[in-house]
Amino acid sequence: MLAHIERLGERSIYLIQDLGRMGIFLSLAVRAIFNRPFRFGELVRQIGLVGASSLILIFFTASFTGMVLGLQGYYALRQFSAEGAIGPMVALTLLRELGPVLTALMIIGRVGSAICAEIGIMRNSEQIDALECMAVDPFRYLIAPKFLALIISVPLLTLIFNVVGILGGYVAVVLLLGLNPGSYFSAIEMSVVNQDINMGIIKSLVFALLIVWICAGRGYFVHQIRSAGFGAEGVSRATTQAVVISSISVLAANYLLTAILI
Amino acid sequence: MSSPIIQFDQVCKSFDSQKVLDGIDFSLISGQTTVIAGASGQGKSVTLKLVLGLIKPDSGRVLVMGRDVSQMRSRELNNLRTNFGVLFQGSALLDSLSVFANVALPLKERTRLSEAQTKNKVLSILEQLGLAGHEAKYPAQLSGGMKKRVGLARALMLHPKIMLFDEPTTGLDPEQAMEIYRLLLKTQQKFGYTSIIVSHDVPKIFNLADQVVIMAQGKARSFARPEDIQHSHDPEIRKFVRITMGEIYLSKNLENNYEEIKF
Amino acid sequence: MKRLNFDLVVGIFILAGLFSLAYLSIQLGEHTLFSARQQYTIKAEFASISGLRRGAVVEIAGVGVGRVARIELSDRQQALVTMNIDYGVELSEDSIASISTQGIIGEKFIMISLGGSDVILADGDWLMETQSALNLEELISRFVFGKIR
Repeated sequence: MLAHIERLGERSIYLIQDLGRMGIFLSLAVRAIFNRPFRFGELVRQIGLVGASSLILIFFTASFTGMVLGLQGYYALRQFSAEGAIGPMVALTLLRELGPVLTALMIIGRVGSAICAEIGIMRNSEQIDALECMAVDPFRYLIAPKFLALIISVPLLTLIFNVVGILGGYVAVVLLLGLNPGSYFSAIEMSVVNQDINMGIIKSLVFALLIVWICAGRGYFVHQIRSAGFGAEGVSRATTQAVVISSISVLAANYLLTAILI
Repeated sequence: MSSPIIQFDQVCKSFDSQKVLDGIDFSLISGQTTVIAGASGQGKSVTLKLVLGLIKPDSGRVLVMGRDVSQMRSRELNNLRTNFGVLFQGSALLDSLSVFANVALPLKERTRLSEAQTKNKVLSILEQLGLAGHEAKYPAQLSGGMKKRVGLARALMLHPKIMLFDEPTTGLDPEQAMEIYRLLLKTQQKFGYTSIIVSHDVPKIFNLADQVVIMAQGKARSFARPEDIQHSHDPEIRKFVRITMGEIYLSKNLENNYEEIKF
Repeated sequence: MKRLNFDLVVGIFILAGLFSLAYLSIQLGEHTLFSARQQYTIKAEFASISGLRRGAVVEIAGVGVGRVARIELSDRQQALVTMNIDYGVELSEDSIASISTQGIIGEKFIMISLGGSDVILADGDWLMETQSALNLEELISRFVFGKIR
């Protein structure tokens, strides 16, 4: 019994310690974004890796999401003869919720896990120590370009997701189900306001920061993960943690942001 | 005799309630070569990290050029580290950079040399280490021995006063290992650095050493001459020396293992 | 050459993102980023606006001529609605602004019925004649309790 309580206490202390480490990591990373000299070439490379090469993934995810929203909306709203509201339903769902959230989840799977594994392997193979020994700040050299790349790429991908999703809804509702083409877009234009678009952008900015913070941080502290040890197992466990924690954080943050911004 | 360039003063360090260093005391003289030997897990790599200020001691002081590393702020630490060159166990080359970019990295980050000057310096050191023609390759395309040489080139770029070698020959075949030692001697003569070599490769490396430090059970014992080690009375050190010197070796008959064959 | 292609892909990505932003905010939003058309503001007080949102459309004879810019409570504890109306659209001072619904459960919008006066409203003027939102539940309850007059 006593051993259980002791274990519980140990675990809580570890968790609080971990949170503290991550907090310090975030502050150092954000500060490093403003440190000179800035690695512009590396930023472009990272935007390419994060954003540009996710375009196809985002395109397919968005078009099928938009299509299925249109389909569901059509059969639900037809019962009230309110097919005219399909456009706004698709657009608002995408702009306010699904666009930012699904983009974030896709980016976690495609980019977040890769960032975590890359930094974790660099930590394990002493590359991060090597940078420090050469008096090169790993936060400025390594972490800051990734932070900026995600903060720039995720909102852009979200916007692309929204547009492609709305077009996907158009394809499903107008081309496949034969709704009046004019009413789809005019109804969207009528009901979407700037607040909806802003909400999506603010959300995606917050998600981007959450993803890169958690994923890069888990990788950076791979050597401190309890009971995982050094080496491949440490990296795999850190990556799993990064994906799980950042997905849950994104969903939780989405609820909080909706509550605040609505 | 000149003053010590690095000095360990009663240094203790534990990880998760396991005491790795328990009052380490030894010093290094400028320009000399110190070999740190000892079985795995006896804190050899920890010693290097303490010198570099990558970790802080629980108690005691690590003095580098007369100043306590653990008291330094990050800016001072960075200035101090420009005096160091480190060859890591796995070479620690950045995977995303080519050989050229890896070696050029310290120059790009710490100096204001022009592109052309950087290029000249990098190509000349690569040539000296027998790496000419490999500058466009990436670390994943190199053999272990070549990675070590690239790591050595990178470590030498800023003309360090102190070179740290963390197991420089681990994972290399004997021929590659000899090549690394040869380059180590050659570059030391050229650049005149003080060196610390952490190694298991004991009999070979003793000939390079001006001082040998043997770590066992959290303590460090230093010996001015390799011969002195063989006459030590400490049973741990005697056992270590006898295994590494080839006085004890494996036999097919399990009964005979750990049995003294020679002497 | 390889470097060039990579930069090109990154450039295409950023352009696609910015294009999406432009499309969403100009086509679907309220033209605040790149204001395409000049607008002036008109204010009106309603007893109740139940369900009207910021950004809702203002129509004359079914044609959109502006949007609702702000909704707040006036000094007289009524709903004060500020509308942005496109330049070139002339509203006479006796026009009537009423809140309508597209269909029974659709979006709320403001419908303006033009009056006959020669006096044209200028930027910042007030529309005096207003009709509040048709409240379906209230209507039904009045009918049920026989208060319809």
